[in-house]
Amino acid sequence: MPIFRSHILVCGGTGCSSSGSQDVQKVLRDEIAKRNLDKEILVVQTGCHGMCEMGPIVVVYPEGTFYCRVQASDVPELVGEHIVKGRPVQRLLYSVPEDASRVPFYKDIPFYGKQHRIALKNCGYINPDNIEEYIARGGYEGLGKALTSMTSAQVIDEVKASGLRGRGGGGFPTGLKWSFAAKSPGPKKYVICNADEGDPGAFMDRSLIEGDPHAIIEGMMIGAYAIGADEGYVYCRAEYPLAIERLKTAIAQAEEFGLMGTDVLGTGFNFTLHIKEGAGAFVCGEETALMGSIEGRRGMPMPRPPFPAVHGLWGKPTNINNVETWANVAQIIVNGGAWYASMGTEKSKGTKVFALTGKVKHTGLVEVPMGITLREIIFDIGGGILNDRKFKAVQIGGPSGGCLTEEHLDLPVSYESLTGAGAIMGSGGMVVMDEDNCMVDVAKFFLEFTQRESCGKCVPCREGTKHMLLLLEKITSGRGTMEDISTLEQLAEMVREMSLCGLGQTAPNPVITTLRYFRDEYEAHIRDKRCPSHACTALLRYEIDPETCKRCGLCAKNCPVSCISGSRQEPYRIDQEKCIRCGTCFQKCPFGAIGKN
Amino acid sequence: MSFSAQEMVEKTRKIVAPWKEKKGGLIPILQEVQKELGYISTEAMETISKELKIPKSEIYGVATFYAQFHLKPRGRHVVRVCRGTACHVRGSLAVLEKVKEITGIQENETTDDLRFTIEPVACLGACGLAPVMMVDSQTFGRLVPGKVQGILDTFR
Ligand SMILES: Cc1cc2nc3c(=O)[nH]c(=O)nc-3n(C[C@H](O)[C@H](O)[C@H](O)COP(=O)(O)O)c2cc1C
Ligand code: FES
Repeated sequence: MPIFRSHILVCGGTGCSSSGSQDVQKVLRDEIAKRNLDKEILVVQTGCHGMCEMGPIVVVYPEGTFYCRVQASDVPELVGEHIVKGRPVQRLLYSVPEDASRVPFYKDIPFYGKQHRIALKNCGYINPDNIEEYIARGGYEGLGKALTSMTSAQVIDEVKASGLRGRGGGGFPTGLKWSFAAKSPGPKKYVICNADEGDPGAFMDRSLIEGDPHAIIEGMMIGAYAIGADEGYVYCRAEYPLAIERLKTAIAQAEEFGLMGTDVLGTGFNFTLHIKEGAGAFVCGEETALMGSIEGRRGMPMPRPPFPAVHGLWGKPTNINNVETWANVAQIIVNGGAWYASMGTEKSKGTKVFALTGKVKHTGLVEVPMGITLREIIFDIGGGILNDRKFKAVQIGGPSGGCLTEEHLDLPVSYESLTGAGAIMGSGGMVVMDEDNCMVDVAKFFLEFTQRESCGKCVPCREGTKHMLLLLEKITSGRGTMEDISTLEQLAEMVREMSLCGLGQTAPNPVITTLRYFRDEYEAHIRDKRCPSHACTALLRYEIDPETCKRCGLCAKNCPVSCISGSRQEPYRIDQEKCIRCGTCFQKCPFGAIGKN
Repeated sequence: MSFSAQEMVEKTRKIVAPWKEKKGGLIPILQEVQKELGYISTEAMETISKELKIPKSEIYGVATFYAQFHLKPRGRHVVRVCRGTACHVRGSLAVLEKVKEITGIQENETTDDLRFTIEPVACLGACGLAPVMMVDSQTFGRLVPGKVQGILDTFR
């Protein structure tokens, strides 16, 4: 293998690609070739670094210099200065929001300071399309160890000892789940990787597969060995074409290296892996619906029991885990369960990847030890609220989760603590909101989602969510009554109690938590016909301040419904009856004379 | 892309052929048909039903259950404005409204000249760049309504 003086890593994840990293990469390769540096410098495409906001990201090793928002036009300078002359390009380095000082090295960036990367260990470091790079970082060591020196019972014990719990939302102990499938009799069993990632606002599964596909494959093979399966499926959303491509490449390479197929590593263990593309239905993330979908049916949940461990895919014992769960397995086998269990809290062990999004300065993927506080995640890692506005709430766990407030900021994050406060760990989506976000609107937003995605099989979920949504629409349009709040509460309880699957059982959570913590906002919409955050358009009033108005007439000229009148002599005013609250006048006024109320 | 009824039947037959003896083929077949024909036509559904010997109602049931399948022809360019949570709190509704205003159509509709179809999507997995929209396979992040026209103009 040739030795290179320097490696330039360009992120090829979805986030950076849509910010232009493919162009950066192409120009970079051309520039390196043009200067005859291609024997000294290697350009590598990696997976996601997690800091998508700052993309496209380019890292130069061995120094570990971290460049952000690099554009193709920056490349000649980057190569000329850094690679040729050894002088880092200051203006492209990461700058700290507080004091605009530049941070040259990856390891010193606050975003990464409090992180502890296990599942994300290789993301951003290796080329996901090259199995040798995975192996060089200790890859397939876990599989080798399990197959050659451990019985399947020992593998399960190790996973049990790690305390690893399902990262797909339920938090069920993984080792225990494996032991059920292992105990089920029968020569034919399956393992499934749930990569349906339906929670809008979460993208860790996507980044894990795109950045380190072999880790998922290795985890699945160890699981298959433990329960006695020889075939597996990855069920991946069709909206993730790059993830599917990387998986296909990884499977082909694993087969070519004799790490998958028949008689793996000469141990007699056989394994084949298929990819199934999802077809766009949130409920298919639910395990029984998912298996229905693989079988080619409508993806509707089934009552459990029987559990998949007994009666799963095509009626055979099946073990299904989430992407992130699988990603932890190989390292647990290599380093031991006790190592993993040494991190985290009493009942929630190890680390968890969160997708930090919304109104924070640094959105992105963060992997932190369980037990860290929300404040550390949002303010230390995320850098605080965008534009230094005031923090209002954080929505955790997606459509099944809940909104937590300022008083929860010092809560240590674990499965138990989040559930106790009314949210859930869920898949790990964390959407931060500031004072401009209306909590009633957020509750309505989630209900729109769950109502649309309800599969329609059971009545409480199908009809209940519909009526809850109608009530929320009534309230946000200013037609609500105080009684609607109690009806909403009753319906929420009913849907939660009586729905068939997790979708319906958890759908009321956003409503329940916003009612619990932000009841005054609901009341303001009803009693005062006012949206305190000025987010609900139907309740907005645009008004022109006659003092500030310079009578230029720009507002009247741009108003699509001609509801503004006035003249050079008389200040302009808005006819509230005719106004459709489109906000055009507000944007057009050059003097800031138009206010929102 | 437009095909005669006969062509649709033939193309569908070819797609179904390798699945005749295998299980779990319906969804991959529909995905393949849609790639080939652009949508799931009545002719295609009838052919699958005959070849696989499963009732048409079941195929229709599956095709309408999943958001990905379309029973009507779509525009040359599919515009997907993300309506996921992260994008919502950063103003994706205004972006969607702008797209509707420019194209003159609603969600799940196609312009008369078959240039654009608007489809809502729950999350594109690029939440770090919210708000996000995707035109065909290209993703555009950090959007504001003012950027929409310029982007759509590049898709003829
Ligand atoms: C409506 C609904 C949607 C779900 N969506 C997902 C999903 O997108 N990804 C996932 O891994 N699990 C999802 N789950 C959880 C799965 O049913 C299942 O618990 C999980 O795949 C088990 O893996 P784990 O033990 O590794 O978490 C969903 C559950 C419900 C009820
Ligand atoms: S919420 Fe829009 S990309 Fe995820």
